[in-house]
Amino acid sequence: MGGDHKVKMAKVLFQFLIFPGFLFLSVVGGILSWVDRKLTARVHFRKGPPLLQPFYDLIKLSVKETTVPENASARVFLATPILALTASVISGILILLPALNISSGFRGDLLVIIYLLAVPAVTTIIGALASGNPLSAVGASREIKLLISYELPFLLTILALVIRSDMSISLSDLIAKQAVSGVFIGSFSGALGFIVIMMVIQAKLSLVPFDMAEAETEIIAGVITEYSGIPLGLIKLTRFILLFVLPSFVISLFLGGFDFTGWNILGSILKIVLIILLITLVRNTNPRVKIKAAMKFFFIWMNLFALLSIILAIMGY
Amino acid sequence: MSNKEVVVPIGPYHPLQEEPEFFKLYCDGEVVKRVVWEAGYNHRGHEKISEGKSFDQSLFLVERICGICSCSHPFAMVNAVEDAGNITNIPVRAKYIRTILGELERIHSHLLWVGLAGHFIGYNTVFMWAWKYREPILDIFEMTCGNRNHYGMFKVGGVRRDIENDDIPEILKVLDKLKPKLNLLIGAVMDDPVIHSRTKGIGILTKEDIREFHALGPTARASGIPIDVRKDDPYAAYNMVKWKVITAEEGDVFAKAAVRLLEMIESVSIIEQCLNGLQKTKNGPIDIKLKEVPAGEGVGHHEAPRGEVFHFVKTNGTNSPERHKIRAPSLMNIPTFRRSCTNQTISDVALILAAVDPCYCCTERLLSVYDWESGKREWTFNDLVKLSHEKTRKIMKRLKKQDV
Repeated sequence: MGGDHKVKMAKVLFQFLIFPGFLFLSVVGGILSWVDRKLTARVHFRKGPPLLQPFYDLIKLSVKETTVPENASARVFLATPILALTASVISGILILLPALNISSGFRGDLLVIIYLLAVPAVTTIIGALASGNPLSAVGASREIKLLISYELPFLLTILALVIRSDMSISLSDLIAKQAVSGVFIGSFSGALGFIVIMMVIQAKLSLVPFDMAEAETEIIAGVITEYSGIPLGLIKLTRFILLFVLPSFVISLFLGGFDFTGWNILGSILKIVLIILLITLVRNTNPRVKIKAAMKFFFIWMNLFALLSIILAIMGY
Repeated sequence: MSNKEVVVPIGPYHPLQEEPEFFKLYCDGEVVKRVVWEAGYNHRGHEKISEGKSFDQSLFLVERICGICSCSHPFAMVNAVEDAGNITNIPVRAKYIRTILGELERIHSHLLWVGLAGHFIGYNTVFMWAWKYREPILDIFEMTCGNRNHYGMFKVGGVRRDIENDDIPEILKVLDKLKPKLNLLIGAVMDDPVIHSRTKGIGILTKEDIREFHALGPTARASGIPIDVRKDDPYAAYNMVKWKVITAEEGDVFAKAAVRLLEMIESVSIIEQCLNGLQKTKNGPIDIKLKEVPAGEGVGHHEAPRGEVFHFVKTNGTNSPERHKIRAPSLMNIPTFRRSCTNQTISDVALILAAVDPCYCCTERLLSVYDWESGKREWTFNDLVKLSHEKTRKIMKRLKKQDV
């Protein structure tokens, strides 16, 4: 029995730290971040960074000095990046285990995933407010406004999918349902939901047009103004991981998850690159919108789309 | 939220400004209640240095006031010196070359602004594209003057280097290639609904505001005031070519962008006409051999990309100016923030501050007086302004008495 327990522990630790956990997420996230940067550069007529640039950035930040502002509450200020990283890694594991079809006890409870995906934004807000910088405070207030506007359409869209898959709130059930009756994006409700969720993850990744929380030319770096050295590196790493986790979530919800058997590997890679391409295109063909406009966009239009998607889902389209 | 005002600093070093400059935004939440401008990070004492240099050296000096409008200041200064010395027989070829340089500079400066404005609203694609299209202009500069910036072309009585007639077809080719790119950029900026939502109806300056602050250049023209020295008081070759003053009525950020974008098309047309003029004059002289500048006082203007730049030069028969006064257009344009920034959000204020295309190194003059030994500030900028107002009032009183 004891030996069995140890094997189980080792398996969980392996899943948490190496595959599909921290290490795997960081490496793939870093590479996807390179894809994003390279594509952006090509759109700009620039050459773009080398493949390992995201990792060079992290290494450089890890040897830089970490400064804590005098009037910051140091513990909260330094703890929040670690919290955000942990939450993003756990959410990544919970999404990837069902998405990669790895057998485990966890079947992908959507509610847990939704909560965990909100943690990075919340911790950023807390960290920004703890830093005591007026620019960070402005950034934090924007992030709060953004958070409360995009969470509702996010939930509603997922609700539409839950209705489609016979009221099951487990991710593996959603993927199994898609394997039987075709991917959700192929239906009207799914297509509408896909548009909404792409906008939401654009905001969750704080990319243009929804990057007002760290609008460079207005409030320097907004919520992350005061961070430096290793904490800043952790924040960057969280962004890399989210850049992999959120598209994976979308793929699990709408495109039938990943499949790594035979030629399907190519299809899986194509799916994730396609989502990254969409994100990059949106962020390169739009200016930053104002926070008021963003709230209006999510509260009115995206909620409307999401509600429509629910109605269609109930009707069975 | 507390009712206390929060100060959001833009500066002294900030990604919004390419130069050190300090704006304090007193905010209530996202809304900016008032803005305080602190200048003085860029003061270099050009006027005083210029008074100790010869005219030729002085031209090189004023060229270095600003890297972007580095032909506007020498242009205005040669106009001023020629006015002071009553030098009127400038060769036609020199006039054309001066005009070409002035207009090329307008194009590259406006493209630079469009790119930066794109960057300020987070649209980095526009930023990169506009700066890419700016490159051929800098190449023309390098071809004709030898430098991408700081051209060193102006001298009292003419220009230093000729634009060879053999080079003209190549310049025309570059301009031909530039035109579709400019049209593409204009289309991309003017038709984008998201850009509209960010720029339309924001930072509105009415005609009255413009008159009150004496704003100049595209800032004034975007509010429907067709002020342009090139038309109002033509110099160089501006009365020998056909062009029109671009204006817009709205006075918001979008109108300012539109005016600048459309002005570039006009500039291309002016350059083409000047190049044709050059071809007609064959290879004439490009300067007059000037022995000395007679004593006198003169003013010179040039419509720089940001508005009218004004130089006053007093000569005394020697080879250096006795008094040299410079006033750049940004000095009039920047204070319009008092009218356009109040009760706007921080995002808008950042854009509005940038919309007048401020150039701080052009603007900054004497700002505060320190005691050398104790390092204590004796006179601040506001004190000096007060002092100058008092003096003006005194002079006005005296003049009124004389009138009676």
